[in-house]
Amino acid sequence: MTVSDNTALFEFLLRQGDNALVLGHRTSEWCGVGPVLEEDIALANTALDLIGQTQLWLALAGEVEDKGRDANDLAYFRDPYDFRNLLMLELPNEDYGRTIMRQFLFDAFQVPWLTALQESNDKRVGDIAAKSLKEAMYHLERSAETVIALGDGTDESNSKMQQALEFLWPYAGEVFADDENDVSVASKGIAPLPSSIHDVWNSTINRTFSEACLKRPESQFAHSGGREGFRHTEHLGHMLATMQTLQRSHPGATW
Amino acid sequence: MYAQMVKSTGKSVQALDDMSPEERAFQERIDRGEKIEPKDWMPDAYRKNLIRQIGQHAHSEIVGQLPEGNWITRAPTLERKANLLAKVQDEAGHGLYLYCAAETLGVSRDELFEMLHSGKMKYSSIFNYPTLTWADMGAVGWLVDGAAIMNQVPLQRTSYGPYARAMVRICKEESFHQRQGYHIMMTMANGTPEQKRMAQDALNRFWYPALMMFGPSDKDSVHSAQSMAWKIKMNTNDELRQKFVDETAPQAEFLGLSIPDENLKWNEERGNYDFSEPDWDEFYNVVSGNGPCNVERLEARKKAWSDGAWVREGMMAHAEKKAMRKQAAE
Ligand SMILES: [Fe+2]
Ligand SMILES: [Fe+2]
Repeated sequence: MTVSDNTALFEFLLRQGDNALVLGHRTSEWCGVGPVLEEDIALANTALDLIGQTQLWLALAGEVEDKGRDANDLAYFRDPYDFRNLLMLELPNEDYGRTIMRQFLFDAFQVPWLTALQESNDKRVGDIAAKSLKEAMYHLERSAETVIALGDGTDESNSKMQQALEFLWPYAGEVFADDENDVSVASKGIAPLPSSIHDVWNSTINRTFSEACLKRPESQFAHSGGREGFRHTEHLGHMLATMQTLQRSHPGATW
Repeated sequence: MYAQMVKSTGKSVQALDDMSPEERAFQERIDRGEKIEPKDWMPDAYRKNLIRQIGQHAHSEIVGQLPEGNWITRAPTLERKANLLAKVQDEAGHGLYLYCAAETLGVSRDELFEMLHSGKMKYSSIFNYPTLTWADMGAVGWLVDGAAIMNQVPLQRTSYGPYARAMVRICKEESFHQRQGYHIMMTMANGTPEQKRMAQDALNRFWYPALMMFGPSDKDSVHSAQSMAWKIKMNTNDELRQKFVDETAPQAEFLGLSIPDENLKWNEERGNYDFSEPDWDEFYNVVSGNGPCNVERLEARKKAWSDGAWVREGMMAHAEKKAMRKQAAE
């Protein structure tokens, strides 16, 4: 199967936008119930950055698709199998440990990834990457710091963080499994192969985990199915049912 | 208001002649419009009252995150989602400024939380009402933030410096919140028949609870004289309520929505709107714990606090270890 230029680019943009949308949504669920007021505010900041990034990526996706869909149409009128986010990002927050560990695993990818995307042949992609990178660097600084603090904190906080890491680990590798679409956009110079980020990611997480007194799990196994939309978790459907409820039940209304 | 049930000393205001020299000097400073700062001498009752008032206000900000937080995940567009999230985040920020202001009076944030959780300290009755449709995000911004502004703008001139300065920062954001809420109402009121119905329904449910935010009628509020002498309360409850109605009634008309009060009518002679009092029995019920959401709101706060305990302890332990390692290295 060959994918036309725009289809591959469109897929690529959905992956970027849906990662931001889904993680932003999960993070926004913390508003009002964070572990401490400062953290409540910081989590809302992260969510706001991610929603802002979503708007940029999905607006461009709609433009590239050229079927008259804007960012809101794409966010609110697609079904789960049309979402292209990583599985890890749609998992429920569960507790603060899982939330911040997931953020860290994602940020540790996003920073080198967005750095590389700045060099994209497609200037529109490069511009969004440059803007998002500033935010991602700040997110990484914060999430890494927090992982270290809680890993190094009390016995209880250490074991919560270790559990969070073990739970999330089988999802962490999905992002590095290059597929046909990645090869296609890479051949056009739009983006590097995700696998090319693996080494930097490894060194970031290894360094952080050693400071955090956390043990990196050994398994190489990685779930897949999110970024192709082939098989999401059960959780995405619930998330979208909540998120899309008003748009779906009042089609055509202006909000 | 956000501190609608703060009881003052309960005694009538002391005359200057009956005061100790310190008290007299203090009152004279206030009368001259000077600001009292944390290190200044102040009567014990002034300090206690302020702690309760600022504490209640702070609690209202963070409990107030919950009813609006209820709609963040269901906001109908990405723009609305971002705006609502930013708004609720602002409220957390207000809570933070106010807890800091209270701390300057010698009470810690943890102690204040403890008093909130045990029910010893209250928060505004308005946040014990549920948010049932998206239009409630409009009604809350328009009416609740609107009522908050009525109360907080004069408090920018309150006698306690840190409280007054917190109010200046907060007021700027509150008027933005109110405009945002009004814009949601406007969009709904001009929308589909279902949206219009949601807008009217939200106004119906929030009108009287919003009026209650100003606290009981002046004739039943015997405690405010001392607070007014100390300039920690700047206007009476009824004055502020009237002002709120006078500003809000034309706004409702502009939206094409009707305020659920048959007696609401412009009174040419008074130059004010006449309006019906809210049901004060309902108010006292809500204040004493029987509002529609009291139990849930408090449970949500307590759960957040206890779920977060390991995080706070972990961060604290890490900070201590870090300091010790640094010391050992020197
Ligand atoms: Fe506020
Ligand atoms: Fe507000």
